Amino acid sequence: MAREYETVIGLEVHVELATKTKIFCGCSTEFGGEPNTHTCPVCTGMPGSLPVLNKQVVEYAMAVGLAANCQINQYCKFDRKNYFYPDNPQNYQISQLYLPICHDGWLEIETGDGKKKVRIHEIHMEEDAGKLIHDEWEDCSLVDYNRSGVPLIEIVSEPDMRSAEEVIAYLEQLRMIAQYVGASDCKLQEGSMRADVNLSVREKGSDTFGTRTEMKNLNSFKAIARAIEGEQARQIDLLEEGKAVMQETRRWDDARGESYPMRSKEDAQDYRYFPDPDLPPVVISDEWMEQIRESLPELQPEKQARYEKEFSLPAYDASILTGTKKLADLFEATVALGSKPKKVSNWLMVETLRLLKEHGQEPEQIRFSPEHLAGLIAMTEDGSINSTVAKEVFEKVFEEDIDPEAYVTEHGLKTVNDAGALEEVVKKVLESNPKVVEEYRGGKEKVLGFLVGQVMKEMKGKANPAMAGELLKKLILE
Amino acid sequence: MDLMKLTAVQLSDKIKAGELSVEEAVKASLDAVREKDKTINAFITVDEEGALKRAAEVQKRIESGELSGPLAGVPVAVKDNICTRGLKTTCASKILYNFVPTYDAQAVENLEKAGMVIVGKTNMDEFAMGSTTETSFFGVTRNPANPEHVPGGSSGGSCAAVAAGEVLCALGSDTGGSIRQPSSFCGVTGMKPTYGAVSRYGLIAYGSSLDQIGPVAGNVTDCAALLQVIASHDKKDSTSVELEDYDFLGALQEDVSGMKIGIPREYFGEGLDAGVKAPILKAADILASHGAVVEEFDLGMLDYAIPAYYVIASAEASSNLERFDGVKYGYRAEDYEGLHDMYKKSRSEGFGPEVKRRIMLGSFVLSSGYYDAYYLKALRTKALIKQAFDKAFASYDMILAPAAPTAAPRLGESLSDPIQMYLGDIYTVSANLAGLPGITVPCGKDAKGLPVGMQLLGDCFSEKKLLRAAYTWERLYNSDRQDVQADGKGEA
Amino acid sequence: MASRITDETIEYVGILAKLKLSGEEKEQAREDMQKMLNYIDKLEELDTTGVEPMSHVFPIHNVFREDVVTNGDDRENLLSNAPEQRDGQYQVPKTVE
Repeated sequence: MAREYETVIGLEVHVELATKTKIFCGCSTEFGGEPNTHTCPVCTGMPGSLPVLNKQVVEYAMAVGLAANCQINQYCKFDRKNYFYPDNPQNYQISQLYLPICHDGWLEIETGDGKKKVRIHEIHMEEDAGKLIHDEWEDCSLVDYNRSGVPLIEIVSEPDMRSAEEVIAYLEQLRMIAQYVGASDCKLQEGSMRADVNLSVREKGSDTFGTRTEMKNLNSFKAIARAIEGEQARQIDLLEEGKAVMQETRRWDDARGESYPMRSKEDAQDYRYFPDPDLPPVVISDEWMEQIRESLPELQPEKQARYEKEFSLPAYDASILTGTKKLADLFEATVALGSKPKKVSNWLMVETLRLLKEHGQEPEQIRFSPEHLAGLIAMTEDGSINSTVAKEVFEKVFEEDIDPEAYVTEHGLKTVNDAGALEEVVKKVLESNPKVVEEYRGGKEKVLGFLVGQVMKEMKGKANPAMAGELLKKLILE
Repeated sequence: MDLMKLTAVQLSDKIKAGELSVEEAVKASLDAVREKDKTINAFITVDEEGALKRAAEVQKRIESGELSGPLAGVPVAVKDNICTRGLKTTCASKILYNFVPTYDAQAVENLEKAGMVIVGKTNMDEFAMGSTTETSFFGVTRNPANPEHVPGGSSGGSCAAVAAGEVLCALGSDTGGSIRQPSSFCGVTGMKPTYGAVSRYGLIAYGSSLDQIGPVAGNVTDCAALLQVIASHDKKDSTSVELEDYDFLGALQEDVSGMKIGIPREYFGEGLDAGVKAPILKAADILASHGAVVEEFDLGMLDYAIPAYYVIASAEASSNLERFDGVKYGYRAEDYEGLHDMYKKSRSEGFGPEVKRRIMLGSFVLSSGYYDAYYLKALRTKALIKQAFDKAFASYDMILAPAAPTAAPRLGESLSDPIQMYLGDIYTVSANLAGLPGITVPCGKDAKGLPVGMQLLGDCFSEKKLLRAAYTWERLYNSDRQDVQADGKGEA
Repeated sequence: MASRITDETIEYVGILAKLKLSGEEKEQAREDMQKMLNYIDKLEELDTTGVEPMSHVFPIHNVFREDVVTNGDDRENLLSNAPEQRDGQYQVPKTVE
């Protein structure tokens, strides 16, 4: 008597903004400095210090909101969220509860089931917490406030998603928008994009929600997908056993594939929000909002349409290339250097994506420059290298961003187009393989490939295979 | 010549004229502290070495002509909730008993820019929560007018230090009357500027929307000069306001003719001690006889000020004081089991009873289910109080009122009943809720010979008007002092 | 009518405020808070319908900093007040089980 269940998911996504400085002080947001070297009295909660809002934070938040079809609260305020934890130096986090900067937006996602709108409840600005390192030997924790005060926006969706696939599609869409408007690099592995998953299950057809849990510590799309699968299974098991789901926050342990309740009884979860008296409200004029709207870059849908039209790319290719800002930027920059769009698209769609997959990387982690890709394409176009060499060289470009021209010269990989040199080798190969030559003459044309291979081998891959084939045929038939 | 009998402006003039050195002035102050503070206990920290070192530097800068301001070379004391780089700043609390800031408050930076020399940090009620300076972890401060009595609070140390002649001027802070009330009790002049006129950067917050640093001095001129030194627009404080005019000394004219002064009837009703009422009303008569237009009127809202104030101040305090947790600075308990126990023990052992009382109340009024009924209700009340003042200032240039219902109580008489204690702030808290400036100037003595001050409240940014009226009153009072005192006694 | 302050309320607020009160202190806290709230109830007399809660007295808004790095490394100074520190970090009791 298998009951059918439906999973209901809403997301709270934290995105670190790409500002140079923290939200309320002039400390650098640079990733990975020595502990506490990017701190000051404000972001370490020293007595008497006061916050002053970074204007860029408001502009980035507004840009993401507008790109995500949100309404802007033209009068918004900051509130204090009070809770004690050592990563939070004031023991309150400055956030927005009552009047967040953006509300009521939506994103369109596409999955195997087609297109769907996911509604955004609100987007608010807040400060990030510091980092805790746990020392097993000394039985203590150490606090680093370098991340304390780094600006975040939190994008809160409505519970509109029903599967891991939809969640991933939504996250990809959100990431793309944040990257397109330049608000964030959204690197999951560095924690600059983090998602908390609110999940409940209910019997299919029911119109009330089940009790939800919130899962934290999800730092890759894969972990998110696994956590969703795991949590929905856990909740369904509970319900099948006639037990209740507890409303709680759980921590996902991706290595073990299990989640654990997070809070102790010392946390009352009563944040006592109230307007921060240290920060005057933010008033967004129509002019300011329009200025931000006008400065929004071309977003993905327009960009995809343009690629299809301007570069005659197939819809699929255009959607992949515009799917991340990094790929789109790389594509356009390489084309701007004179490479043929179709060629650039091929290199990105085939070799680049293959290598990313092999390395387990995201497009944001691409390191090579458009100049080097363009250089490589130019060499294949003018026949200075053949496609086998080109693939080899590209791996080097991908991994180390080498200059392909210098590399090819240095390693003597240039295709030999000198007819004299080629003829000498072809003659040598024909002399060493009389049987094969006979077979060819006997009508077994397939063996030509073998002979071309021999020529290539002799010439250490630098021959132009088409030229070699033509020459072989000519000399055999002479 | 006893240098501590001069005014601060006179002292600076003599230094600038080369008649005195900064070192002599600083030494005179340090000597007075050494002698008088044994009884008064106005200071938590005296920085003799630092002050003398700085005196030499300031002397050079005065001689080179670099420093020529009205208070250059003058020793000054700073309330111990205002951060001073390299000098212990405790808020009179065990929880900050060893805290040495690595930064100066903007007001302190301004003192230094003006060539003033900090001689030490003054005692106060713990975290500025109190009206008597009896809740200090470092012992009570006594009233120089009568050491059996409290100096008022929370800026009791600053006011007592000035009253005792240990320094000629000092910085205090005022969240609900903490400059104006002890100024009244100690017989000195103290001003709470308009919210935003003096930067709060480096002032350890009690109620952030109410706190304001202000000057305490022996007379109106010094008070104006010190305000001129500390007021500034500060980009580090988002609530700081740029004033049109910082020339407060320029406001000191002996002229109140045509000035409209309102006397709110309810401020002089039940609960006001007769010995306090008499000299204040007498002062009003004298101002009227010199051309001011003095009228009684109904301000309204007085009864709601204290409840609204304690909800807002306690709520903000409960949040502001969360950062004192034994992690980054200050006191950490010796023995604890785990993180939350460390928090609880450090805070319970580090804070005194009055601070804990307000943290508890503040946490409660913000907690789930009570926020609207208490906190939002208080913010709505605040809006109505502001409206009442706006209406009053449409008709009057300023409001004349007592600073406190009584003169200074005896030591140990105030802390037992919180409501009674909080009612002592009834005439002062409204100005903080509405962000208004207020000044207290001495106007007589009560039957026991304890000082009584009168409070003048003005509309936002009307400091200059208040200073002019206070200055005029001071001139009249000084030439007329005997009469007022006699009358004050007569009423008691 | 004021909210009734029970022992549980005091216990709960103690958790929120991270204060550990002794039995005697708890009783005192309960009494004091009850008295204060009874007094604060005076506000109920006041009709505040339609009155906007006022958090800032002045209509100041849009106070911003530009996004420019102004602070350098001040770690040594800032850590100098820490009750316990190690390797340039603030040391606290272990935060995970």
